[in-house]
Amino acid sequence: MPKVHYLNASYGLKSWLLTTDHKRIALLYLASVTFFFFIGGLFATMIRIHLLTPGGFLVSPETYNKLFTMHGVTMVFFFLIPSIPAIIGNFLIPIMIGAKDLAFPKLNLLSWYIYIIGGCFVLYSFSTGGLDTGWTFYTPLSSIYSNSAVTPAVIGVFINGFSSILTGLNFLVTIHTMRAPGMTWFRLPLFVWAHYATSIIFVLGTPVIAITLLLAGLERMFHLGFFNPAMGGDPILFQHLFWFYSHPAVYIMILPAMGVISEIIPTFARRPIFGYSFIAGSSIAIAVIGFLVWAHHMFLTGESVYAALAFSLMSYLVAIPSAVKVFNWTSTLYKGSISYDTPMLYALGFIGLFLVGGLTGLFLACLGLDIHLHDTYFVVAHFHYIMVGGAVMGYVGGLHFWWPKITGRMYPEFLARIAAVVLFVGFNLTFFPQFVLGYLGMPRRYHSYPPEFQALNVMSTAGASILALGYLLPMVYLVWSLKYGAIAGPNPWPATGLEWKTASPPPTENFDVTPVVDWEPYDFEHRPDLALEPGIGGLLPAHGDD
Amino acid sequence: MQSQLPLYPEQASNFAPQVDALMVFIIAICVFFAVAVTLAIIFFLYKFRRKSTGEIGVAIHGDMRLESAWIVVPLVLALAMFAWGAVVYVDFRRAPTDTLDIYVIGKQWMWKLQQPNGQREINELHVPVGQNVRLIMGSEDVIHDFSVPAFRVKMDVVPGRYNTLWFRPTKTGKFHFYCSQYCGTNHAIMGGWVTVMEPDEYTAWLSGSSGTIANPVLAGEKLFAERSCLACHASDGRGRGPSLNGFFGGKVKLADGSTVTADEEYIRESLFNPSAKIVAGYQPLMPSYQGQLTEEQTLDLISYVKSLQAEPAPSTGAGATPSQGTQTTGKK
Amino acid sequence: MHRTGELYGQFETLEQQKDTAQLGMWIFLVTEVLFFGGMFLTYTINRHAFSAAFGIGGNTLDLRLGGLNTVILIMSSLTMAMAVWAAQVGKKKRVTGFLIATLILGGAFLGVKAIEYKQKYDHHLIPGSTFNVTYCVNNPSSCGLAGKQLEDERREIEEAIKAEENENPGSGLIALNAHAQLYFSLYFAMTGLHALHMVIGAGLLLWLIAQSFGGRFGPGYNTPVEVTGLYWHFVDIVWIYLFPLLYLIDRHN
Repeated sequence: MPKVHYLNASYGLKSWLLTTDHKRIALLYLASVTFFFFIGGLFATMIRIHLLTPGGFLVSPETYNKLFTMHGVTMVFFFLIPSIPAIIGNFLIPIMIGAKDLAFPKLNLLSWYIYIIGGCFVLYSFSTGGLDTGWTFYTPLSSIYSNSAVTPAVIGVFINGFSSILTGLNFLVTIHTMRAPGMTWFRLPLFVWAHYATSIIFVLGTPVIAITLLLAGLERMFHLGFFNPAMGGDPILFQHLFWFYSHPAVYIMILPAMGVISEIIPTFARRPIFGYSFIAGSSIAIAVIGFLVWAHHMFLTGESVYAALAFSLMSYLVAIPSAVKVFNWTSTLYKGSISYDTPMLYALGFIGLFLVGGLTGLFLACLGLDIHLHDTYFVVAHFHYIMVGGAVMGYVGGLHFWWPKITGRMYPEFLARIAAVVLFVGFNLTFFPQFVLGYLGMPRRYHSYPPEFQALNVMSTAGASILALGYLLPMVYLVWSLKYGAIAGPNPWPATGLEWKTASPPPTENFDVTPVVDWEPYDFEHRPDLALEPGIGGLLPAHGDD
Repeated sequence: MQSQLPLYPEQASNFAPQVDALMVFIIAICVFFAVAVTLAIIFFLYKFRRKSTGEIGVAIHGDMRLESAWIVVPLVLALAMFAWGAVVYVDFRRAPTDTLDIYVIGKQWMWKLQQPNGQREINELHVPVGQNVRLIMGSEDVIHDFSVPAFRVKMDVVPGRYNTLWFRPTKTGKFHFYCSQYCGTNHAIMGGWVTVMEPDEYTAWLSGSSGTIANPVLAGEKLFAERSCLACHASDGRGRGPSLNGFFGGKVKLADGSTVTADEEYIRESLFNPSAKIVAGYQPLMPSYQGQLTEEQTLDLISYVKSLQAEPAPSTGAGATPSQGTQTTGKK
Repeated sequence: MHRTGELYGQFETLEQQKDTAQLGMWIFLVTEVLFFGGMFLTYTINRHAFSAAFGIGGNTLDLRLGGLNTVILIMSSLTMAMAVWAAQVGKKKRVTGFLIATLILGGAFLGVKAIEYKQKYDHHLIPGSTFNVTYCVNNPSSCGLAGKQLEDERREIEEAIKAEENENPGSGLIALNAHAQLYFSLYFAMTGLHALHMVIGAGLLLWLIAQSFGGRFGPGYNTPVEVTGLYWHFVDIVWIYLFPLLYLIDRHN
């Protein structure tokens, strides 16, 4: 490890809370996002325990409704949306493009404080009566009928939106103007392309939900009638405005994870990624088409048949770029030199789970099937496959992949592989039964259910306990590795990106001298500096299956 | 009762086989792709596993033919799925004309349903097998959703407007219905049972049931008089508003030149937002009844308007009668 | 991150730093467009739904003060543009002068706005329990209404109540008050949000003025002036949309 790096360049609480170093801000996010993940996970655990019996034996209906609402709000707005961009993206984008920092370092710190302030409002709502509107805040339930602490929660989510906007803005500008000499657009790592697409959604979508929640909050506080049919308003207008952001928000969660996977696969297959420009282009295509599918959440609100046809068609179109990515990742394995290190296991797990999540999206985009599947557990299973199976697998995989870069130390490989397998198995056991439950007709957000659904619910809860173990395991050994992990060296895998050219952990300025990029992305052939000869990549674990 | 671990719900309406067939079609496509990709990955993982520490793979950057193939083929299949789904959906959204109309009101947290003869039920719905049934649904408070998995039908119930859904039960028995749109504390118990009966049993049930029978047409007639609707909507057509005799179900020419069908939604809109669609030749004089009629009173008025035939108003016998049901059973 | 002269540590050249700042501001303005856009959309939908009440609301606004503010703001955009120009051609003293002029004009705008708000408060037009759209016609002396003007106002309100009666028989006045309150909710939300942007702009100007005293901004380095200029023009343009939407539609006196 280098003597001086970003972690020990200065000490004291102030050096962290007033830092403008993107790497330190990333770690601030890591701590706070993990905190929210714990809270959301706690709610999820209680939900699954409650549903063990048809009557539900843990909590009252009212409490149950608050649990799933708070689970959704916490996980969507305070874990999934910031997880990869604000932690891994924040840490890596400047290093990957050869910059010393993001374009606006102070703004970056401000984004974190905004996130914390928004989080405090939401926690205040949770601790003073909770929230029972569903994370979707549908009017008029949220604006008039709910008796829970809706107002602080809405304010919290509203404030948090500006954190996303400023992060997206920072990324867009950084990627445009801060690239090192030689780092052309088509030499950008696909992780950066994915974040470019994500940032477009941040910048264009988030202001709309901000203003929508502001109006809903004003309606609740001052009894106005924007969305209240009793006063001439339209509750469906709220849904349109809400989903105009919240559907693209799904892509905010999944695109960065796709970026992570696009880094991991070529590294562990040790060959250039198949169809670089198609993977990069499909990210942009998803971001653009993703803005034109929002009303597929509303096929059964009574919206016009023609609108439903158009939105169904667009929803099928947005599936194509995702399919293109999966085919390209698969082809990247062809004639590679594949090792089964932990990040690769996560990447493969991601492909499997995302495949299921993406393909089940085809069922829901199908107008005829959505009549039956809308608002059932099928939907719950589908979006958990995308958000947890996809986004969280990508996030945890990315954390492992860049852990040596972030901390300078390796995680324990054996335990990490076990955790990856446990997560994969636990996840499928939790959520696959929910597809069947949904097809059988079990509606979402039910605190009790008819007895014929019990067997599948018990399976799901059993899976959730395995899943919980799968999440606890990495938390334990990753913390352990901070002190006891093997020293990683600058490029343990080895990988081709610019981030692996600097020390682990990197110095505050990221590079001692501004790097000049003269190689193509994911090119292992013309990189003598990677020293790919037997015996030299000494930190590579020996593979018993050779 | 179903088995402990069922995989699909009972098929009890005309939509059930259609939706299930669609499901099988999409499952087949998805399983094909999932299996193909999974097998390819497993094969590559084994075949191209790393054999020595410093080994690198072969530099293959892409292939335009492959890229085109896996853009075009999924696109074609996606369009096929879209088209088939659209056909089922359009069929679902366009109810046939010979339906048995049942009014449904959702409120936190119960369903009130009303048969054409005024027979009212709570969280129970009785329908004859083989008859096209249409539910005309409104909400008194938040958004609800009426869902019958065995029929594969579902529709949001939105305050301030009517949504409709239709189905034709194909099997007698009792089937669960649920509220499927989260609506607050007791969302999970806002459900009940649909009982599908043989037509003659249904007729017997209708006449013999001990439940409250309020005649909606009579109630509507009373309201029509009480609220002085008659002052303008005189049956001779000489009032300040159009005559409503034989009005329902016909095409109405509007002041702006367009035409609408005089259905439940139009009557409702005219009650609550009268100036929105003015009948050609009349002035926008009618006051709004927003906030002055309960959902049930609204339905009573609609039932009455529906009962007004071209001849002077009869006082009973609105909507479809059960005997019509037997005529339409032949269609599958 | 260290700073060398005007060059912040994360940048290689001043030119790069300038491009970055400008692009950042443009992207920020794009998000602002979408932010205000959601509000404009809601205003438009409600204006369409409750045109009588919104007409009354619009008519209570003071056209002279609104017009004056429009002129003030356009003037301030001019002085702002002049400040940028002065910096680019190196007239360092004038930069300070034009910035101060812009700040004074911005302050004047906010002052006029405050007078308007005060007027609304005196006329019981702040949404809430004291809201009463008929206050002025009932207490003409406290609103300075008399003669023909009073009669006009009275007639307008009567017409609006009649229009609302059509939709809400027997409760026209209540409905008018409710819908006029919706108008003023949107009025205060939109102008308030705009004024907040002005205040932020004024803060930026203060900082620029303090910096410009030492002759910091010249042909070599004027990025903060340019970027603040972009922001200032945007806020100006928002007002150019707000003014007709709030003050001018259905104006008939």
